[in-house]
Amino acid sequence: MTEESKSAYDKQGWLNVLVRSRETSLVLLIVALTVLTTVLNPRFLSPQSLKDLMLNVSIIALLVLGQTVIILMRQIDLSISSIVGITAFFSGTLFVNHPAIPSMVVVLLAVLAGLLLGAVNAALIAWGKIPSLITTLGTLYIFRGANYAWVHGRQVNAVNVPGSFLAIGTSTFAGIPILTWIVLILLVVFSIGLRQYRAGREFYAIGSNPNAAVLAGINVSRLLATGFIISGAIAGLAGALWLARFGTVDATAAEGIELTVITSTVVGGVAITGGVGTVVGAVLGALLLSVFSSTLVFLRVPSFWQQAFQGAMLLLAIAVDAYLAYRHALRSRVKWSRV
Amino acid sequence: MSSEPTIELVEIYKSFGSTRVLEGVNLTLFPGEVQSLVGENGAGKSTLVKIMAGLHLSDKGAVRMNGQEVLFRSPSQAQHAGVSVIYQEPTLFRDLSIAENVFMHRQPKTAYGWIDYAEMSRAVSQHLSQLGVSLRPEDPVLGLSIADQQIVEIIKALTFEAKVLIMDEPTAALSGQEVKRLFQVVERLRNKGVALMFVSHRLEEVFAISQRITVMRDGRVVGSGPLGEWTTNEVIRKMVGRSLEALYPKENVDPGKVVLRVRDLRRAGVFKGISFEVRQGEIVGLAGLVGAGRTEIARAIFGIDPLDSGEVLIGDTALTDHTPQRAMAAGIGFVPEDRQQQGLVMEMTVMRNVTLTVLRQVQRFGLVSQEKEREIAALWTQRMRLKGHIEEPVSILSGGNQQKVVLAKWLATHPKLLIVDEPTRGVDVGAKSEVHRTLSHLAKEGMAIIMISSELPEVIGMADRVLVMHEGKLTAELARSEATEEAIMFAATGQTPSKPVH
Repeated sequence: MTEESKSAYDKQGWLNVLVRSRETSLVLLIVALTVLTTVLNPRFLSPQSLKDLMLNVSIIALLVLGQTVIILMRQIDLSISSIVGITAFFSGTLFVNHPAIPSMVVVLLAVLAGLLLGAVNAALIAWGKIPSLITTLGTLYIFRGANYAWVHGRQVNAVNVPGSFLAIGTSTFAGIPILTWIVLILLVVFSIGLRQYRAGREFYAIGSNPNAAVLAGINVSRLLATGFIISGAIAGLAGALWLARFGTVDATAAEGIELTVITSTVVGGVAITGGVGTVVGAVLGALLLSVFSSTLVFLRVPSFWQQAFQGAMLLLAIAVDAYLAYRHALRSRVKWSRV
Repeated sequence: MSSEPTIELVEIYKSFGSTRVLEGVNLTLFPGEVQSLVGENGAGKSTLVKIMAGLHLSDKGAVRMNGQEVLFRSPSQAQHAGVSVIYQEPTLFRDLSIAENVFMHRQPKTAYGWIDYAEMSRAVSQHLSQLGVSLRPEDPVLGLSIADQQIVEIIKALTFEAKVLIMDEPTAALSGQEVKRLFQVVERLRNKGVALMFVSHRLEEVFAISQRITVMRDGRVVGSGPLGEWTTNEVIRKMVGRSLEALYPKENVDPGKVVLRVRDLRRAGVFKGISFEVRQGEIVGLAGLVGAGRTEIARAIFGIDPLDSGEVLIGDTALTDHTPQRAMAAGIGFVPEDRQQQGLVMEMTVMRNVTLTVLRQVQRFGLVSQEKEREIAALWTQRMRLKGHIEEPVSILSGGNQQKVVLAKWLATHPKLLIVDEPTRGVDVGAKSEVHRTLSHLAKEGMAIIMISSELPEVIGMADRVLVMHEGKLTAELARSEATEEAIMFAATGQTPSKPVH
């Protein structure tokens, strides 16, 4: 069987395989960008800048995991940045009010807080039947507003956070930042979960054809709710890690990163129309955008261009997807007209 | 039949709101037998299928499998009990592989609790080769033809070890070659002892494949028996046999100048070789079964769907760069079938809906003038005898009155040609005759009308001429005197009548 499929792949030509396997093309793009930038500025590959790159991408990549589950179901979660902000400040105040609290407990409480906020989205979307775009746009503002009211102009400073906790955000293990290890471990967990378990495949099924999912006996509401709770819990973890990475947190923490996360996910090949994509691709999408921004910095491109480039990447990714879908439709229509 | 029935439906009743759809239906399927279920549009076949599939619950009556009473509350319950349904348009996950589609929500697992993809592939490829189909389990469903998608559905049914397999119009979208392959698969399943039901409009296929034919009409079974007891004429007579009511008051009008002329319209895979003309004062009925391409032709004439070739002329001028805007400017009005989706903005008032098509006429200094809106809306709603105030939202009106608003909206554009698609669907009897009276009146005033309708009595009562379609082609043009239910049904099912039927 595998022999057959291999030979079929050969026949399709390398360009086809390249465009079709999003992961491969992303890796090649990342390598090409890295080589190009290194030639122009060899410091790009210095250990320090590599570490910075990994640290920069980690929290986004973490959030991308949760967002992938959501977008696979043809949904969207805009509220994650507000959940990150509120749980980051929450983690900080835990240290301020209980200086002796173990770091692990803080992380777990932050995850729990994120999970509960995700459950608010879940209830509104799965049982209130409000479209997720509207629900999470609403909770994006509500959570952020509540955060402003609670923070009230205060700020958590690094001096209040124990060094052992801050180390999570800065130190490395085997040359790779702890933060990145956390992402890699969760990436493996999500990858296996989405590929090897029934519930994982059912996320794809719901996004691919909601009606057929119901016909197959899938409990769509329950899975929708599960997805938004997972996304919230991941955002809670990201909130705790945000504090570990930056030390200083005020009410504006993580504002606007939901758009970077969604862009990364879509650039990584998770179709905005649901049913297609992998977490590996989505994380590579986040890495590509991050390498791209660093490249622009190293090449001394003014920072306002970065946002424009990011937007252009998003549109390019969607254009490639649309083109592939169009070619496919064209082929099926040719089949049809022979009828 | 000597063998025990696989599934029995006993005295099934089903209503939707006040509409009775099934009134005491009895149906029995036997193992190793193909039973065909035929009937006009709206006879209740689809509802019956959906009850067997677990999509609807019957109001009254029992379903028995192998003698035991069962109740299907969901499609997956029906599937697990051994009843599988294959719909005309398969419901698959196009982004996932064939194997995943077959086993979704019940994938086999390995000892570690992971999905056993190897086992899935093995099972599916075994079925594929048994059915003689050259597809691979890993192929994505995206890009498969409808015929191949049906094969995927059939394999899904086989993995459920289906004892009953129902196919709802499976051949409607298939080519001749694909139909042949499907029938070979059906034959193989029949030999394995599966009880099959084949719902179809194509009588030649019905006679080719089934051992038993059951005919439904108006929510009842009006005839059922072994193949040998039936002739094509007999089936058609049972399908239509009802008395014509004098509900349809089309006044006689001498047709005037040609308003619309279409020549050799073609849209690949949808219709081809369509030529006809419509004159002033004429109502031309467009008859045919669901899916024959009637609505598609109307949409193409109105410029919604592109044509691959052919000409549409209004008077003597051809419509070029065909868009709905240009069609309207040329004097075509189109009242679509689905009022709520395509014809009305439900939340807006009657007045706003009526003037939507003529916003330019109600402008003053580039802004919409309420006064002019009210004037035009009042004129047309009065002529339509609309019950209800023009400042009320359309959503609170009855179906019949909603239809009048749609008509008023198009009449306000003073069309020369009005296309109405199923003008009385879902409308009560009283409002129905008012809609008919209005259409007849408009024709008398010189408007040309194309009326698409699946209700044969309506077509026969209202139309001066009837065009009949079958699978994208015009199969008959009948003058009022020739248009009987039998003649229309013959042409609509693709038969060529050797002699008139009685």
